Amino acid sequence: MLGEGILKGMAETARNFFGSYVSKERLTTVEYPEERIPTIEAARVFPFLVYDGADWEAGLRCVACQICEKECPPKCIYIDKSKDKKPDYVGKQQFYPTRFDIDVSVCMSCQICVEVCPFEAIKMDNEFELATTDRFGSLLYDRKQLARSNEYYHSIHPTEASEVDARLGEEKAKADAKAKAAAAASVAKTAAPAPPAGGGS
Amino acid sequence: MAASPLFTNLDQIFILLRDWLVGFLPAAFRPAAGVALGAIAIVGAFPGLFAVVVLLERKGVGRIQNRYGPNRVGPFGLLQPIADAIKALIKEDIVPYRADHVVHFLAPIVLLVTVFMAFAVLPVGRNMVLVDMDTGLLFFIAMGAVTELSVFMAGWSSRNKFSILGAMRGIAQMISYEVVLVLSTVSVVMIAGSLSLTRIIAAQNSYSGVFPHWYIFTPWGAAGFLTFSIAGMAETNRSPFDVPEGESEIVAGYHTEYSGFKFAIFFIAEYLSMISISGLCATLFLGGWSAPFSFLVFIPSWIWFFSKVILSLCVFIWVRGTLPRLRQDQLMNFAWKFLLPFALLNLLVTALWRFMGEGWMRWVICTAILAAAYVIMGRVSMRNQHFGPRRYRYAE
Repeated sequence: MLGEGILKGMAETARNFFGSYVSKERLTTVEYPEERIPTIEAARVFPFLVYDGADWEAGLRCVACQICEKECPPKCIYIDKSKDKKPDYVGKQQFYPTRFDIDVSVCMSCQICVEVCPFEAIKMDNEFELATTDRFGSLLYDRKQLARSNEYYHSIHPTEASEVDARLGEEKAKADAKAKAAAAASVAKTAAPAPPAGGGS
Repeated sequence: MAASPLFTNLDQIFILLRDWLVGFLPAAFRPAAGVALGAIAIVGAFPGLFAVVVLLERKGVGRIQNRYGPNRVGPFGLLQPIADAIKALIKEDIVPYRADHVVHFLAPIVLLVTVFMAFAVLPVGRNMVLVDMDTGLLFFIAMGAVTELSVFMAGWSSRNKFSILGAMRGIAQMISYEVVLVLSTVSVVMIAGSLSLTRIIAAQNSYSGVFPHWYIFTPWGAAGFLTFSIAGMAETNRSPFDVPEGESEIVAGYHTEYSGFKFAIFFIAEYLSMISISGLCATLFLGGWSAPFSFLVFIPSWIWFFSKVILSLCVFIWVRGTLPRLRQDQLMNFAWKFLLPFALLNLLVTALWRFMGEGWMRWVICTAILAAAYVIMGRVSMRNQHFGPRRYRYAE
C-alpha cells in the first residue's frame, strides 16, 4: 500500500532516535578534544628531520643534497648548503644544511620528499594540532623546529623505523667491513713490502 | 467547565497584560496600541519559537543519525541558536555585481513580511488573535501564496543559474501543492460553514464524553489532514520536498547568492512558515487551542496551541530525518496524479458526510470510499514505472 515504506522508514529512524539515548554503542562520534583515539601507525601529516644521538645539530642525518627541495611539488622546502663538512653516521665527511625550512602552509603532505631522500633523513610526522595565530611566520618551520630524535621516530612509526635502522646498520656494517678490509690491506701492504708475485689482498 | 478566577486569569494572562499596559494611554490611542502590542508579541514570540525549533531539529536529526548534535555552546548546546544568530549577523553581506540590487534586497523582506502577516489571523489561544477576520483562512492562504513571489524575486534578481533553477523548481512545486493545500482546507470550511479561523475552532471545541469533536477524528478530516500536511510540507519547502534548494544539485537554490543576514532571513522565514503551517493545521484539524480531553480544559488554551504546533514541528523534523529528497518528476506526479484527485474526492465525501445526517452509516460509507480510493489510486497512479536500461541514440 502507498506509504508503507515511509512508515517503515519512520519506525527505523525512531528506533535510532531513542536507541541513541539508551545505548552508547550506537553513537560513533569521538568527542575530539576531550577523548581521542590514537592515530594509526601509517598516519602522516608534515615532514620532520631525523637526528641520531643527543645533539640535534650534530646528529642531523640530512646532508643538504637538495633532492627533496627539487622534487617537492609545491616547492615548500628551502635549503642552504654548508661550506664546511662534518662526519655523518658512517664517519664519512658530508655537507650539512645551514638552513632547512619547510613552509607547512604550502606543504601538501605528499611524502615525496621522504620517498626520494637517499639518507633516511626526512620522515613524516603524525602531529596534527598545528594551529597558530599567525598566518606566515609561525607556519615556516626552521631546522630546529623540524628536528626530531630517532627515538621519537621509533615511537610514532615503530615498524618503519626499525626497517630504516636495520638498513642503515647494514650499510654501516658494510662500510665498516670495507674500511677494515682497506685498513687490513694497507697494513698487509706495509707489512710485506714488494712481494715477488701474486700474494696478498 | 468550572471557570475559576485563577483559570480565567491564566488563560487570558496575555490579554490582561495587554489591557493593563494599554490602560496607561488615553482612550483614543488604546485600540491602535493594543494592535501594536499584539504585533510586537507575534514578532517576538515566533522567532523565539524558531530558535527552539532549530535547536530541536539539529539535536533531533543528529540523534536520528546516531550523532550527538550540537553540544558545545552552553549546557547541552542550549545556547547554540544565540551563537548562530551572532554568526549570521557578523558575516559579510555579498551582493553579486550583476544582480538586480533593488529586487535582490527586497526579496527576503517580502518573504519575511508576508510570513509574519499570516500569523495575524492565527488564533493562538482563547480570544488571542490579532485580527479576527471573517475571511481569515483566505487571508492566510493568500499570504502563503505571496511567498512564491519572493522566491521568484530572489531567484531572478541573483542572475545566477542555480538561483533561477531553484526558483523555477520552487514556483512549479509551490503552485502545484498550493492547489492541494487549498482544496484540503475547503472541506473544513464546508463543515464549519465559515472562513473565520476562530469560528472553525469554536465548531470543534465541544466534547462527547471526554473526547473532542476535532475534525481529524472524522474520515474526511483524517484524509484532509493527510493531504494538508503533505501539501504543507511541500509548500514550506521542507525535506523531502526541498527540491527548490536541493543542495546536492543546485547549491542552495534560490538563495544561493544570499549571504550574511539576508540568508538568515530566508532561513528564519522558512521556519516561520513551517510554524504557521503547523498552526493552521492545528487550527483546522486538531481543534486549535482546545484541549484534547474534556478533563484537561483547566490548562490554559495557549499552552495547548503551542504544544500542538511543537508536536507537528517534531513530525516535520522526524520526516526530514527519514526521507530522501524527491525527484522533480516524482514530486509533480505525486501532486497532480495522487494528491489532487484525492483532495477532490475528499470534497465529495465531505458533502456526503454533511448531507447524510447523524448516525453510524456515514462513518462506514465515508471511510470505505476514502480507504478504497487511497488503495486503488496508490496502486494505479503511483505505480512504479520501470524505465529499463538507459538507451543512447548515438553513443552506443
